[in-house]
Amino acid sequence: MDVLDLTRLQFAVVTIYHYLFVPLSICLSATAAGLHLTWLRTGDDRFRDLTRFVGKLLIVTFAVGVVTGLVQEFQFGLGWSAFAKFYGDVFGPTLAIEGMLAFFLEATFLALWYFGWGRLPRRLHAATIVIVAAGTLLSAYIILAANSFMQNPVAYALDPVTGRAHLTSFVELLTNEVVLAAFPHTMAGAAMAGGGLLLAIGVRRLAADPAFRTLSRLGAWLMLAGGALTAITGDHLGKVMTAVQPMKMAAAEALYETTTGAPFSVFALGTLGHEKPFLTVEIPRLLSFLGTGSFSGTVQGIDDLQAQYVAQYGPGSYVPMIPVAFWTFRLMIGAGVAGMALAAYYLWASSTRKWRLPLLPAALQAGAGVPGWARRILLLAPLLPAAANTFGWVFTETARQPWLAFGISTVADGVSPGLTSVEVVASLAGFTLVYGLLAVAWYRLVVHLCGKPLAEVPEKSPAADPAPAY
Amino acid sequence: MITFWFAILVLAWVLYFVLEGFDFGVGVLAPFLGRDDHERAAAIRTIGPFWDGNEVWLVAAIGVTFAAFPDWYAVLLAGTYLPMVGILLLLAVRGVALEFRGKHDSPAWRRRCDRLLAGSSAGVVLLWGALLGVFVHGLALGPDGTVTGNGLGRSLSPLLTPAAGLGALAALFGAVMLGATFLALRTTGPVRRRAVALGRHGGNLGTVGLLLAGIATGSRLALVAAVLSVIAGMLARQGREGGAFTAVALGVAGAVVAVFTAHGSVVLRSTLDPMWSLTRESAAAGPAALRLITVAGVIVLPGVLAYQTWSYWVFRRRIASERVPS
Ligand code: HDD
Ligand code: HEM
Ligand code: HEM
Repeated sequence: MDVLDLTRLQFAVVTIYHYLFVPLSICLSATAAGLHLTWLRTGDDRFRDLTRFVGKLLIVTFAVGVVTGLVQEFQFGLGWSAFAKFYGDVFGPTLAIEGMLAFFLEATFLALWYFGWGRLPRRLHAATIVIVAAGTLLSAYIILAANSFMQNPVAYALDPVTGRAHLTSFVELLTNEVVLAAFPHTMAGAAMAGGGLLLAIGVRRLAADPAFRTLSRLGAWLMLAGGALTAITGDHLGKVMTAVQPMKMAAAEALYETTTGAPFSVFALGTLGHEKPFLTVEIPRLLSFLGTGSFSGTVQGIDDLQAQYVAQYGPGSYVPMIPVAFWTFRLMIGAGVAGMALAAYYLWASSTRKWRLPLLPAALQAGAGVPGWARRILLLAPLLPAAANTFGWVFTETARQPWLAFGISTVADGVSPGLTSVEVVASLAGFTLVYGLLAVAWYRLVVHLCGKPLAEVPEKSPAADPAPAY
Repeated sequence: MITFWFAILVLAWVLYFVLEGFDFGVGVLAPFLGRDDHERAAAIRTIGPFWDGNEVWLVAAIGVTFAAFPDWYAVLLAGTYLPMVGILLLLAVRGVALEFRGKHDSPAWRRRCDRLLAGSSAGVVLLWGALLGVFVHGLALGPDGTVTGNGLGRSLSPLLTPAAGLGALAALFGAVMLGATFLALRTTGPVRRRAVALGRHGGNLGTVGLLLAGIATGSRLALVAAVLSVIAGMLARQGREGGAFTAVALGVAGAVVAVFTAHGSVVLRSTLDPMWSLTRESAAAGPAALRLITVAGVIVLPGVLAYQTWSYWVFRRRIASERVPS
């Protein structure tokens, strides 16, 4: 592999890793805020205990998000300095504003909340976690706006002399139609991710404390609702994407010829090349609906688009890796559907209502309880949304190839000049090692935290010190 | 406008090195000043609520550098690739060790976290110091503003210069002094006693470090910093903890300003040919981007300073490191 491929691999590894923890932080902070407010309103101490428990999970997860996010902030200069120079005017302010506006807010107020039990007046204390939750949404929005610029460049002008992009309107950058569509979709995905974690933890500890039943059902609801929302928002995102990057949608279906009333294949066996696949399971006309909103809409094919881009941008291949695009898109949706099914089963089986459906065996009726084997499967719930998120990003980013910023600069133009392969190999090895260790430590700590009795969880905040303050 | 943003940028870096400097120092010192788990926990708890907020100043500093001087950001990071990656990895270990330490009940886990925290804090400080030395010394920038070279040596060799070595030592002294005076100010009991003692003796050591930095950078400001450090030692001897911390902080701030202004409007010197150096003007972003971050900065940063100050106020109580018979 040359420097370019290594740098791409490194970017992918490091960013995907960041994005394993970020959705959890987003969802857990919102959940902590919700539980905290519920406790204030109801005065039920079960909610206080749950708030603190979720707070611990949040702190631990957030820490990993923070240290890996810091790496992200430097990545553009380290590996992609040519890109950083040319798009510095667009990207720099966006990242700087994200830091000033969102990250300070999150970091400071999370500490105020976590260490603030008994220190701050009750309402003010609850406000701090609400601010943290708002901060995570804000930072997600701003960074997605930066990413959306790469999917669909807006609000810039190319300098005729230097060839650099200049930002023309920040508001326009923030209202890119891609970010308007991608933000709800990623947030729904985040709800699923956090929901999966809470569901698994709740199920694991069901016997320990009745509060964990509340937690597991909350997690399952988040997962189910988040899943439904990803489908609705994903449908919209698909339409926006078909409009701004038709090649991506064509690649996602391995659709070579422009087709009216195009089908969506759920599954295909074959090479995904020009020849017909060996076996496919298709839903007629669904692709046209996903892409255009009409079952008889026309979806442009890869061959036509390639010819069109050659005419527009000059000779070269404008076709991304078809099998990657095809499969990641399906796996994203598949993992999401599987996650929803798991959550729906759990809600049904653990319900206290005794709905009876005719024809269903007694063991599957509502409230029939969750047998041991099903609990073991439910422990895997966090993996499904994590997989869906990862596949979604791999799809989004790889099917944008060869473009870095669509239509204006290619990936090969962006890499740092002068960088040597050994340097990237060394850094990639370092990231892999350290990130691997972080993941192991995170996992062990979460398992440890889950093993403790719920009411004891409010561990020593400084206020609870036995020692006098002075 | 460019000068204004240069000033803001230096301010962000100064705040970063001073604020995170004391929490690096506490990280390094915790295992030495805290003799058992309880004392170490007390030392580390003094920075618990603050370290993340401090570290965001790094995000702000690098973000402002990117926004206002994209070329500088690009050349600096790509040119010092491996040391920068090293810093990021050590910061990752450090943040997680800090945050994970107290969440586990096993003593072995905590001991491991303490060691990782101290080691990574020391490593980060040394690397940052070395890099600051390198910033002053300059990089081998070619005519197109890139650092070329072979293999690992491309970005590692600048670390082997005397400037880098002196910078590393000076930074370690600075961070230890900040940490010691901060712990003296923020704890009670044995940790405080030891921190006060260290501050007293360390004042002299710190002076040496700053003098070395002064020689390395040839900067009068660093010499002023050395004087401040002498004052810090004197104040520490008189038991004026707030004053001692302030003096050390001013010293560190002075040293950072010295680094960033060492060559006037040249922000990154080329060691190959002065013609190829990067200047403020050539590195700056376009006017629209500068206007945007000016508006954002003027509105947002005062608010940030206000709520961060408030959080220091909320957690102003000293942390007890003695055990109270209950
Ligand atoms: C739990 C996670 C999850 C689930 C269940 C889904 N997605 Fe998704 N999807 C993501 C998580 C995600 C993501 C990781 O959040 C992405 C990556 C980039 C982005 O904006 O969101 C994404 C990207 C993404 C894109 C590409 C956008 C672009 O390239 O600009 C499309 C078209 C869809 N999704 C559509 C769908 C549809 C139709 C789904 C279900 C019916 C679906 N997604 C389920
Ligand atoms: C603001 C957010 C983001 C920006 C600015 C961004 C930018 C980039 C850049 C510069 C590259 C390298 C060039 C390339 O290969 O295309 C890249 C590749 C990649 N990114 Fe993103 N990215 C962002 C978010 C994400 C997220 C959150 C993920 C996943 C979790 C992700 C996954 C990937 C992957 C898998 C690649 C490799 C694609 C390939 O090399 O073919 N990205 N992105
Ligand atoms: C590739 C571009 C990215 C960069 C430069 C980046 C940068 C950062 C940084 C510096 C932090 C640490 C903040 C702190 O110190 O408090 C962070 C955390 C965070 N990032 Fe990213 N990030 C990227 C991708 C993403 C994406 C795609 C999302 C969401 C859609 C996201 C959402 C968040 C959130 C919500 C946090 C705070 C929660 C946490 O720390 O886990 N980031 N990011």
